[in-house]
Formats: sequence, C-alpha cells, structure tokens
Amino acid sequence: MLRRTLMTATATLALAIAGLGAASAQETIRLGAAAPQSGPLAGGAAVTHWPAVRLWVHQTNEAGGLQLANGKAMIELVEYDDQTNPQQAIQAAQRLATQDQVDFMVSPYSTGLNLAAAPIFAQLGYPQITGTAVTNQQPELAAQFPNMFFLLGRTGVMAEDTARVLVELREAGSIGNRVALVNVADAFGIEMLGISKAVLQDAGFEIVYESSYPLGTQDLAPIIDGAKSAEADAFIAWSYPGDTFALTDQAIVQGFAPSVFFTAVATAFPGYAARFGDQIEGVMGMGGVNADDPAFKAFVEAHTALAGQGPDFWASAATYATLEVLGQAIEAVGSADRAAVLTHLQDRANSYETILGPVNFNENNDNERYWTVGQWQNGVFRGVAARGRDGAVDVQLFDGWN
Amino acid sequence: MFILITGLLLGGTYALIALGLNLQYGVARIMNLANGELLVAGGFAAFWAYTAAQVSPVAALVLVAPIAFVLNWLIYRIMLQPLVSRAKSRGALEVDSILATFGMSFALVGIMTALFGGGYFNYAYLAQPVDIFGSSYGQNRLVAFVLAAIIGLGLWLWLSYTRAGLRLRALAVNPSSARLVGIDTRAASALAFGLGGAVTAVGGALISMFFTLDASVGILFTMKALIIVIMGGVGDIRGTIVAAMILGICETAVARLIDPGLTLAAAYVLFLGVLLFRPQGLFGKKPT
Repeated sequence: MLRRTLMTATATLALAIAGLGAASAQETIRLGAAAPQSGPLAGGAAVTHWPAVRLWVHQTNEAGGLQLANGKAMIELVEYDDQTNPQQAIQAAQRLATQDQVDFMVSPYSTGLNLAAAPIFAQLGYPQITGTAVTNQQPELAAQFPNMFFLLGRTGVMAEDTARVLVELREAGSIGNRVALVNVADAFGIEMLGISKAVLQDAGFEIVYESSYPLGTQDLAPIIDGAKSAEADAFIAWSYPGDTFALTDQAIVQGFAPSVFFTAVATAFPGYAARFGDQIEGVMGMGGVNADDPAFKAFVEAHTALAGQGPDFWASAATYATLEVLGQAIEAVGSADRAAVLTHLQDRANSYETILGPVNFNENNDNERYWTVGQWQNGVFRGVAARGRDGAVDVQLFDGWN
Repeated sequence: MFILITGLLLGGTYALIALGLNLQYGVARIMNLANGELLVAGGFAAFWAYTAAQVSPVAALVLVAPIAFVLNWLIYRIMLQPLVSRAKSRGALEVDSILATFGMSFALVGIMTALFGGGYFNYAYLAQPVDIFGSSYGQNRLVAFVLAAIIGLGLWLWLSYTRAGLRLRALAVNPSSARLVGIDTRAASALAFGLGGAVTAVGGALISMFFTLDASVGILFTMKALIIVIMGGVGDIRGTIVAAMILGICETAVARLIDPGLTLAAAYVLFLGVLLFRPQGLFGKKPT
C-alpha cells in the first residue's frame, strides 16, 4: 500500500517536473547571435551590431517578452564571437542550432559574413533577416536562399544615388565637373567604384583622379595630395572605417576642401563626430536616417542608456529593425515554430512596423525602402537621399573644414 | 618634396613600430608575435590618458614607457625565461617563442576587448597642419617622427657607447660566447626584452595620435615590424631605422607616382630584393 502510494507520488512528481520543463520551454525563446567580437570587423560590430541586438532583447524582456498564443515568452540571448571569420560564422551558426538549440538566430554582421552564413542558415531552416548586408545579388540570393531577407539596401542603388546627388548639385550650378574617385581595394570598394563611375561618366562628369588602396591602409596622404592636385570639385571615397578616419584627417591637414566630400562606411558613426567635432559639417557618407523621426529619437535615447554610446546613423537602426520584424512574425504566428514563422515572413502580404518605418518584402525578399546618402548637418547625420522613405533633407554644399 | 617628407614621416612611424621588435628579436632572441598587441596597448593607454585625464600622449609616455618596461620584463622572466633555459638550439627557441607569443597575442586581444570593448579608438591631438616647403603635414606625425628620431638615436648611442649597450650587442652577436666573457645573459636578455616592449608601447602611444586603432588590429603592425626588422638586419638599430625610412619613402613614391594600390606590392618587392641579395639584412652581419 505504502509502496504503491510512494510510486504514485514519484510518478506524479516526475510528471509534474516533466510538465514544468515543457512549460518553461514555452516561456523562453532562445535567440542565437554570432557576429564579430574580435578580428577586423569587431570595431564596426561593436558600434552597429551588438548594442542594437542587446537593446532589442533588453526592451522586449522589459516589456514582458513576446506575446505568444499560450502566454508571454522571454528572450534568452546566446552570443558567439565569429572572429570576423566566415568559417567561424558557419560553425557558430551550426553550434547555435545543434548544441544550443536556439529557436531563432540574429543574422551575422557585414555583407561578407552574411553571404558566408547564408547556406547554413538555409540548410538549418532559420530565417536570416539581414540588417548589415548590402549587395546587388538579392534576386539570385533570394532565389537560392528563400529564408534570406534584406533591410539595408543594394550596392547599385547606394552607388547610383551618391552619383545622382552630384548630378543634382551640378544641375543646380553648385559644383563643377571634376570628380576624384577612390576606393578600398576589396569587393565592396571595387563594386561601388565601378557603379558610381559608370553613372558619373554617363552624366558627363570628368574623373580627374582615380585610385585604390589596400585594405587596412591608414597612410593616405598621397591620395589626398593626388585628389587635391587634380583640383577635384567632388571627392568620393568608397572607404572602410579606418581609412574613412584617415582620409578625413589628411584632408583636414592638407586643407583639401572640395564642394563635396564623401566617405563611405563609418561616416555615420557617432565616433566620427566625436573625433572631428564640428569640422565635418557638410561631409557626406553612406546611409542615413530620418533623424527627426520620434521613433529614431527614442531609439537613440534607449541605445545610449543601455550601451553608453549612441547608435550609428544608418545600419544600427536597420539591425534593430531586423529583430522587430522577427519578433512581430513570431507574435503573428503565436509560437516559436520556426517553419511557420518563415512561412509568415515569406508571405509578401505581411508588413511590419519598425523604427525605420513600415517594412515589407518584395519578390526578392527585399524591403525596397532604404536610405542611401546622408550628410552631417548641425551635428546630426541626416539622410539626404532615400528610396521609399520620407524625411530626406536638402543637400548642403560642403564649405570647408571649419 | 612632398613625397620625400611624407615618406620620411611614414618611415618614422614604421621605425616606431619596428624598433622594439628588433631589440626583442635581435638581442633577447624572442620572436615576439604579440608585438603588435603591445603597440595597440600602448595606443590604448595614450587614448585613455588623453580622453579621461586630458594628458597629452607625449606626456603620457612618461608613464607608458616604465609600465610597459616592467610588464615586458615580467613577461620575459615568468613566461619566456623557462623556454630559453630549456631550448637546445636557437631554432628550438624560435619555434617555442613564436608559439608562446602567438598565444599571448590572443590573450592580449581578449584582455583589451574586455577592458575597452571592440570599438574603434581615436582622438584628435595636434591634428592641425604645419607647412613645410609649401605642403601641409599633420603636426602629430611630425611630433611622432621627431620622437622616433630621438628614440632611435638614443638607442643607437646607448648601444654603441655604454657598457650596458656593449653587453646587449655581445648578446646579439653570440649568446653563448657572451656568457663566456662574464655577461649575465639572463639579466641582459630580460633588459633587452623589457626595453623593446617599452619602445613598442611608446610607439603605439605616438601612433595613436593619427591612427584609428581597435583591439584586433595588432597583427597588422606585427607583420610590418617583422618585414622591417628582417630587412634592416636582425639586432641592428641602424638597419631598422634605415629600412623603415626606405620603406616609407618607397611606399609613398609608389602611391603618389604610380598607384596607391601598389604600395603593398612595392613593399614586398623591396623585401624580396633584400632577401635575395642581402639575406642577412641591410646592416646584418654575414653568419660565419
């Protein structure tokens, strides 16, 4: 008798524990994130990627979690360092899926790492909503990896819009015909240079100086000297963070002040303004935001409070928005059922409300609304050209280093 | 003129990167692959001093140099001395020290990431132009060049004309014979390693005035330093300085006259030339 009671009690207890386990599994959604914490892109990821990801998780949990069909679910973030190494990015994604058994994954940081991880995301069946991948191969990628989505933009559009800003300025009679084009010698720089050069030449601009420099070069005095000697009216550099800083520094030192001064990646970083202060008034760069949008302002405030630093004025918000999209898709499905969430994302009729504004995906899994060119105006990097987004302000002429 | 001065300024930067490694590799016989990380650490120290306490990077050297010396001296005594003692040949020591310092470089990257985060670090100090012969150059680069010249000259004079310097040179030429004539090779090696570390950290502090650094960027500096040290001749300060200047001027000339994309190629062609025709380096002594 006693024995039977004991057995029943044990069995009940076991059942209860099992039930508890099942219940608690429902109450948290595990989110895996692998991105650079070391290696060449760690600096960029520390500005753009990690704070935005952590902020979304923090805010979602503060609000009690995601609303699922059977109650709220908290987010648990699992982080890995991919060392800016494509191979590591793939292994980390694999490990997150098989060992940590995460429900969803944040897409990696940068175009290269996103492309490297795309096959493994597809193979494992995880949605990959990218906020830092800029490429022209979206149709091919979307056809090959139907789980891959794009929020940040396309290289062709970015390069075209940059060139078009020059065309408009020339039509307004503000600048002359002479352009200096330089690029960092890697896939990004070469592609952007090619597209922008073609647009500029079609528009009748004269390329008076053109050169590339190896990745990682920070001694760029000869380039600025070359562009200056060529008497360029506009200076366009498809550059990466280290060289963006170095080119600006050298231009200030050598007093090279064309009517348009454009540097690419990191121009939108808060660190750029911190380094150069009000000297950079009028400098243009890649990306941009609607800085007056209340949603973006709230994002800046929360980002600064949590990370101790502001977001950049471009991809930070896009990275945050990728998780907003994912969260809304999960809530719409009402469970952490990955396949169902993916189906929901692939349904082009669905749209999402994000800090970028409304987002929906076209047949190429592309949200065709993005910021393309920005400019430092009164200490804020404002979008001056965009596709499908409101709030672009007028371009101002660069009137020299203050 | 622009090419010459820009090249010299760049050469000064390169000398700062490579002088420390020359002491560590040439004298203490430690092929220190964590050299670049120590340089970045020096840069971070200067960044921190400047942003937190408004101390100029040049003044911060007063603190950076002795701290780096003590740290490197300890690293040598604790971590590298056992490798030296057990090494049967110079080759064995080289392999061991490469492995050990390679590991140390990862540890240092990790520590710096933990302390400072993975973001980019830079600040504006003396980022104003100065006119020389009609062209403008950054004041900070000029200051770094002058200090590089002072450090280089000081080291050379010290090594050439003092007793302690003589000891280090003897050690550089032949460690086992140095012991025969009564030189405490352990103490001298530790001194050389510590001094090399201090010079590297000072170089990092100066370079941080005009370079954007992050915790992971050290390896680039190690590579450059390695080329310069081998080119100039292992264990010879003059060689390092001359090689740094040649490299600086050559890269600038190629960048300005031919194409900036070819600077790396030019550097390696130069390196290859030296290896082919003077494998012991510009100022190195032929092995007997």
